[in-house]
Formats: sequence, structure tokens, C-alpha cells
Amino acid sequence: MDIIKLIGVVIVVIGFALKFDTIATVVIAGIVTGLVAGMTPMEILTTLGTSFVSQRTATLFVLTLPAIGICERFGLKEKAIDFIRSIKNATTGRVILIYQAIRTLAAAFSVRLGGHPQFVRPVVVPMAEGAAAARGVEVTDEVADVIRGASAASENYGNFFAQNCFMGASGTLLIVSTLVEAGYDVTAAQIAGWSIPIAVISVIVGAVRAILLDKKLGERSAE
Amino acid sequence: MNFGQILAEIFYTLIGIIFILVGVKALKDPGAQKKGTTAAFWFLLAFTFICGNWIPKWIVGVAILAMAALTGIKGVVQSASDVPDPAVVRERADKFGYKIFIPALSLAFSAVVLATLGSKVPALKWITANNSICLAGIIALIVVLCMTKAEPKYAVIDGTRLMDNVGPTGILPQLLSALGSLFTAAGVGTVIANGVAKVVPEGNKLIACAVYCIAMALFTIIMGNGFAAFSVITIGIGVPFLIAQGANPIVVGALGLTAGYCGTLCTPMAANFNIMPAALLEVKNKYAIIKSQVPVALCMLLIHIVLMYFFAF
Repeated sequence: MDIIKLIGVVIVVIGFALKFDTIATVVIAGIVTGLVAGMTPMEILTTLGTSFVSQRTATLFVLTLPAIGICERFGLKEKAIDFIRSIKNATTGRVILIYQAIRTLAAAFSVRLGGHPQFVRPVVVPMAEGAAAARGVEVTDEVADVIRGASAASENYGNFFAQNCFMGASGTLLIVSTLVEAGYDVTAAQIAGWSIPIAVISVIVGAVRAILLDKKLGERSAE
Repeated sequence: MNFGQILAEIFYTLIGIIFILVGVKALKDPGAQKKGTTAAFWFLLAFTFICGNWIPKWIVGVAILAMAALTGIKGVVQSASDVPDPAVVRERADKFGYKIFIPALSLAFSAVVLATLGSKVPALKWITANNSICLAGIIALIVVLCMTKAEPKYAVIDGTRLMDNVGPTGILPQLLSALGSLFTAAGVGTVIANGVAKVVPEGNKLIACAVYCIAMALFTIIMGNGFAAFSVITIGIGVPFLIAQGANPIVVGALGLTAGYCGTLCTPMAANFNIMPAALLEVKNKYAIIKSQVPVALCMLLIHIVLMYFFAF
């Protein structure tokens, strides 16, 4: 019964789905898998330890934190907010698209902008709703949900699809260490390079989305 | 050991010192809860980074079990940090202007330049891709300290502040690749591969790309975590059905993880991206963000499959 070896995968799925502690879940999944596969406890500990030590590369991002932290102390986020606030006369879709583009660039350079609480709520949403109102669209609850949903989404697109363009991003390092562990010699620079096409495409898709949103709002103002 | 490896150990020791300082910060914080267990976690982690290379590996395995037990009992919490005062930050932002982006950009820029030099110039072979990330972190730190004239102690204060913000889940990628190697040793990849082989016609590259990308997205939807999905699905499907069939591992890996993120966009399981912000933005429908993201996610997933098919082979 080889299928019993999948119990580790099941443990990870259930553990994550039920929001158990992620680290404990992963370690338990590994140990149980090793045991059902007939490994001795000593073999399991050695395999786990060897791989953990050789994959310390996946945690190299720590050495980038001091520089980023001091940049924040000297107004990095504030200047990013100033920049987007300086945009005048943009439509709702364009405000959201410009934010997505900025967020994409920031993620690719590992600049932390603060995401939903520090950027989307205080800056993007008021500007996007203001732009809709300026075009004569009545911002009902329903319209606000659409605009706010799209604003929050632009943060996620930029964050997810561009973060791996930075060599020191934890996702990039995870890809490298997983493939190296599987016996394929890849480097962070190569993975970062091949992450660029998707980052660019995500902004193009975002642009289409923005045009559709503006069109939808335009129909409302005509009503 | 060559010079590149020695340098890497020095960097791991530096990272270990940052972990120790996060633990010390918890011990020194008068208001902190669970000081002992929090500090124990960070000290154990520091031990695996600083000593890991030099000791029998089963000891590291035991340390991992102990760390998992500490986070499992919810014994690891954040302690108070020296958070910059918003008014002071605003004043500095006005004084420095957009120049503050220079050190931030120098981080990514110098990493790329160093990695390129290391791979092209034989005398600089010791600048491996990994070492260039660490060196870039140090270069950016020097640039920001010179430009802002901040006291060097802020390197420690802000480094530990951000590390504490990231918290124990910061080691998740590293732990997941260790899980991946355990899965490989136990033969999990083979079992998944055999199962998938019954469904996927052999040798059809387009279907193999589609199965891998869709499986990445689906597993991420279920688990809410693209990282965990990546280690399982890449070993079970990506390696046997794509890379072993001649696909470029770089393309498969890079596109694989972002294919998983298409799933993140669709799932309430990724609450901190999709549900909590909905509450924060005071939308009426708590699924408004997911609703906005699903069409884009499907479109991006399709693009991933097509790109992988054309560029991996």
C-alpha cells in the first residue's frame, strides 16, 4: 500500500486548512511520512537536519531587512504615497492601474509599501472613489464594493506576480532550494529573470481590467 | 571549503546573530508575554544557522522538533519594538524627498550586478548568487547609513524589528524544502507521479504543463499557501512529468510558483490577502476582493500554461 505515503500531504492540507500552526504542521507531516515509509527516527532527524542546513539559503532575505527598515524610518512609504497623491485627473481604472504598476515595481525591487492598511485604504480607495464621483457616478454601496474590491486586488496582483523578480525574495529562494534539493542546479538570478515575463503580463492584464472597469462605471454615469 | 562557502557561513552566522537579538529583545521587553519560549525559539534557530554546518545533522533535526513544539503551543510571540514615530518619519520624508528610494533600489540593483559579475568573472567565482544577495544587503545598508547619517545601531534596531514582524513563518520556505527532501526520501513524489501517470497521457507536453499549473493553483486554493503547494506539487508532478521529460527547470520553477498564486487570488483560505482587507476597506460583501480577482486569476493561469509550454521545452 504505497498510497499511505501520501498521509504527509493530507496532514499538510488539513493542517493548513484548519489553520493549525504552520511550522508544527509541516514538521509533523514530515515525521509521519518518514515513519510510514519505514525510515528510522534517526534517519528522519538526519534527513530533516541535513536539508534544513543546506537550505539555509531560503532564509537569506534576513540580511536585506536592516537596510529596508532604515529606509522606512526615513520616509520610504510616505514618499510613495506622496507620488501617487500627485496624480491628477485620472479615472478610477487608471488610479487603480497606476497603483498596480507602482506596487509591481516596488515588489520587484523588494520595497515594502505596506499594502492594504497603509496604502490601499488611505490613498487608493479615496482617489478611485473620488474619480468616479467626479465623473458623475453615484458611489452606492454596490459601486463602492466594486471599486474597493478592484483596489484591494491591484495590491495583490502587484505583490504576488512581481515579488519573485527580486533575487532575495523568499519565494524565489524557495524555488531555488526546492529544485536544488531535487538535484537541479538553478540559481536565484535565473529564477528572478524568468519571473519577469509574468510580472509584465500581469500589468497588461491589469490594464485591460482597468479599461473594463472604467467602461462599466461610464455606463452608470450615463444612466 | 572554498572561499565562497566560507563567506556563506559568515553570512549565516550574521543571520544567526539577528535571530539571537530578536530573542534578546523579547527577554528585555518588560511587557512581553511568553518571553522564555519566544527567546528559546529564536536561540534554537540561531543555533541551527551558526553551528548547523559543523555538527551531526540529527542534532539539527532535534532542534527543528523543539522549534515546532514551541510554535505549536503558540509560545512564540512578538515583543515591543522601537517603532519610528509617524510625525518624525513625515518630517524626514519631506527633508529627503524621493532620494530615499536610492538605497532601496540599490539593494536589488547591486544583487543583480554582483551575481552577474560572479558568474562571468572567474576570479570572482566566490560571489555566488546567494552570496550576492547578502553582499547587496550590506551594500544597501552602507548606502542608507551614509545618505541618512542614521546611527549604525538602527541597523540592529530595524533589522530585529522587521524580523520580529515576519516572525517564525519566515523560516517556512526553508522548512518546506526540508519537507520536500523528506518526501523525496520517503518516495512520496513517486506515488503522486504514478497516480498522475494514470490520468495524463504520456508524452503530451501541453497536458503536462496544464496539469502542473492547475494542480499548483488547486492545492493553493485548498491550503491557502502557495509555498506549501509548490514543494508538494513540484516534486510530485513538476519533476517527473516536466523536468524529467526535458523541460527547463528554471522556467518550470519560476512559473510554477506564480501559477500557484493564481489560486491564492481565488481562495478565502488566504485570509490575510482576501478577507481581512475586505473588512479593512469596509466592503459590504466580504468576498468582494475575491470576486474582483477570479477572472484575472483564470486569465493569468491560462497564460502560465501557454508560457510554460512554449518556453520550458
